[in-house]
Amino acid sequence: MNKLMLGNAAFARGLYEAGCTFVSSYPGTPSTEVTEEAAKYDEMYAEWAPNEKVAMEAALGASIAGARSFCGMKHVGLNVAADPLYTAGYTGVNAGMVICVADDPGMHSSQNEQDSRHHAIASKVCMVEPSDSQECKEFTKAAFELSEQYDTPVIVRMTTRVAHSQSIVELNDRVDNGLKEYKKDISKFVMMPGNAIRRHPIVEDKLRRLAEFSETSPLNKVEYNDTRIGVITSGICYQYAKEALGDKASYLKLGIVVPMPEKLIKDFAAKVDKLYVIEELDPVIENHCKALGIEVIGKELFGMCGEIFQSGVAEKILGEKKEVVSFDEPVPPRPPAMCAGCPHRGLFYCLSKLGVYVSGDIGCYTLGAAAPLCAMDTTICMGASISALHGYNKVRGKDSEKKSVAVIGDSTFMHSGMTGLVNVAYNASNTVTIILDNSITGMTGHQQNPTTGKNLKGDPAAAVNLEELCRSIGIKSVRVADPYNMAQTEKIIKEELEKDGPSVIISRRPCALLKYVKHNPPLKCDKDKCVGCKQCLKIGCPAISIHNGKMEIDHTLCVGCGICKEMCKLGAIGE
Amino acid sequence: METKSIMIVGVGGQGSLLASRIIGNVLQSQGFDVKLSEVHGMSQRGGSVVTYVKYGDKVYSPVVQKGEADIIISFEQLEAARYVEFLKKGGHIVTSTQSIDPMPVITGAAVYPEDVIGKLKAKGIDVIAADALTLAEQAGTAKASNVVLMGVVSKKMDFDREVWIKALEECVPAKFLELNKKAFELGEQAAV
Repeated sequence: MNKLMLGNAAFARGLYEAGCTFVSSYPGTPSTEVTEEAAKYDEMYAEWAPNEKVAMEAALGASIAGARSFCGMKHVGLNVAADPLYTAGYTGVNAGMVICVADDPGMHSSQNEQDSRHHAIASKVCMVEPSDSQECKEFTKAAFELSEQYDTPVIVRMTTRVAHSQSIVELNDRVDNGLKEYKKDISKFVMMPGNAIRRHPIVEDKLRRLAEFSETSPLNKVEYNDTRIGVITSGICYQYAKEALGDKASYLKLGIVVPMPEKLIKDFAAKVDKLYVIEELDPVIENHCKALGIEVIGKELFGMCGEIFQSGVAEKILGEKKEVVSFDEPVPPRPPAMCAGCPHRGLFYCLSKLGVYVSGDIGCYTLGAAAPLCAMDTTICMGASISALHGYNKVRGKDSEKKSVAVIGDSTFMHSGMTGLVNVAYNASNTVTIILDNSITGMTGHQQNPTTGKNLKGDPAAAVNLEELCRSIGIKSVRVADPYNMAQTEKIIKEELEKDGPSVIISRRPCALLKYVKHNPPLKCDKDKCVGCKQCLKIGCPAISIHNGKMEIDHTLCVGCGICKEMCKLGAIGE
Repeated sequence: METKSIMIVGVGGQGSLLASRIIGNVLQSQGFDVKLSEVHGMSQRGGSVVTYVKYGDKVYSPVVQKGEADIIISFEQLEAARYVEFLKKGGHIVTSTQSIDPMPVITGAAVYPEDVIGKLKAKGIDVIAADALTLAEQAGTAKASNVVLMGVVSKKMDFDREVWIKALEECVPAKFLELNKKAFELGEQAAV
């Protein structure tokens, strides 16, 4: 049977067909749907872990126990999980272990453009890279085989365009592998120096054997057409190259990207006149070729930043550019904005009004940095808001302590904000932390987390009580505010900033996009009362605009949250 | 057959993912190789969103680039203008007449251009504009404006009506099916 499938869904299908039984992940665009789709198969246990490190350790544990296991994450998530990964490279596996890491060339939904192939090289594990949905499924299955054959975790590298494109996939049946026997093996699984010293040469030998396998593996494909142009590529760039160059070039498509073959590349290079390496982000294949003494053209032509596309290949290699029709006037940009009714809006308006330093974090609320609110000073990585504000306040002292807050979402707080808050309490930081509890992981598309009371499958689960958690780690002042009530929220922030000692404010209101949230009827503007003062525009609500000098509310967007009503001193806004 | 390209553009939250799934279903049922490319995550939050649909005997890249689109389906006027450079010479634009001010226009930092559709037509482009929002509300909900536009675009593609209806049946939850069929029909009528 053939089915049009998202790359991530095909990946999940690969897990299913390969007989994987354990899935643990943390959501992150563009990797999230692999795990969401995996959860739809009853044959696989699937869970959201609080962060990627926990997910990877759980998956390794399941592999040691004898089950084919999986963990998935976005590229920056692999940084969090790097610690177990680098040691898993040494311990190896029992049953196969596959890791999805999704890179985001072009940064559609990320804070950096890092290339995860470096992690695979540094952690001495194998990495494969599919280029369409069919390969997502097949490579995942092959990855389990490689994992067991070479005793190593195997990473399947996705990129946004592979993860979030749909193409046709041929479905196969599932193979049930059962549970492999667990044999106690201290020298293999207890990584203390004496054992690790003996493991390292085994790891190096594993890589050598894998490289040897890659010389003849069907995952690497050579395709000879016109040999005046040769292209070495992998993943989505193969598709771009094929579309732009067709039969005008010959191709070496690498399916195994770590470790790479030598002879295969040398033989291919010898048969073509001019050799290009087409790869997004860093020159990993290019540097490998150059280290082999092969002359290639790569980054000097395509650059390090962003995506390449078929247009980039056609332009840089063939000098061809398509004819275009342009719009003659400037088209205003349309950046993402907080949704109408977003509970974060009220809080960020208060912060913007108070003019405080805001140490930000990763989530929908990062949009608090956008105009007109502009209420954010820093955003670094998951969990950094609290720890970075601690450092900021320690060196600037009283001067900043009364004028600064950290903002962090419920899921991000669970991920890695908690440890920062422990540091705040433990090292007596005079720091105000605001936890934005919208009852869901919002940005990645509504995933459950340890605070929501539901698990990945939607079944009831233990819910972390944020108030009790904060108190138990030593935060004496913990208060709850409703961000739809801006006057109350502002008052609480001011009071907490005045206090000495660490404090936490929980800004609590469910995401307006949650299905169970009941909305009020859309609000209307009384045109007779409106004087066009534009006060209501200061909250940056996408449902509000000014036409012919009067405020207008888009009834298809407005959910009646009432924040704008609080802004209007003339009482022009009502039901 | 040479690969054909369609772009669906709009504002995050307008339902472009369902539209691409309906078209994808239609194309797959006709035996084409099909690729769809979507954007998830941050830009879905009210930002400008693009979905690519490509079909033919063998499709390689899942994305559409400047000068390549045979059809641009736009859920919002300004987005049609934003992506017009992606249109192939002789390509068609199917657009909703709806306009949604982007944040820089709301804050006064930018101006929403006037008569976008007229200006696109003046370029010699075949533009079909339909008041998809009003038609969708007539069918029962503003949310069905994506399906209204599917009705419009079905008139620009050479597939039987039954194929589209079957795709609707497979892509839309049963309880909203009648409503969406009505929306599709209103779109077809608006295309004439």
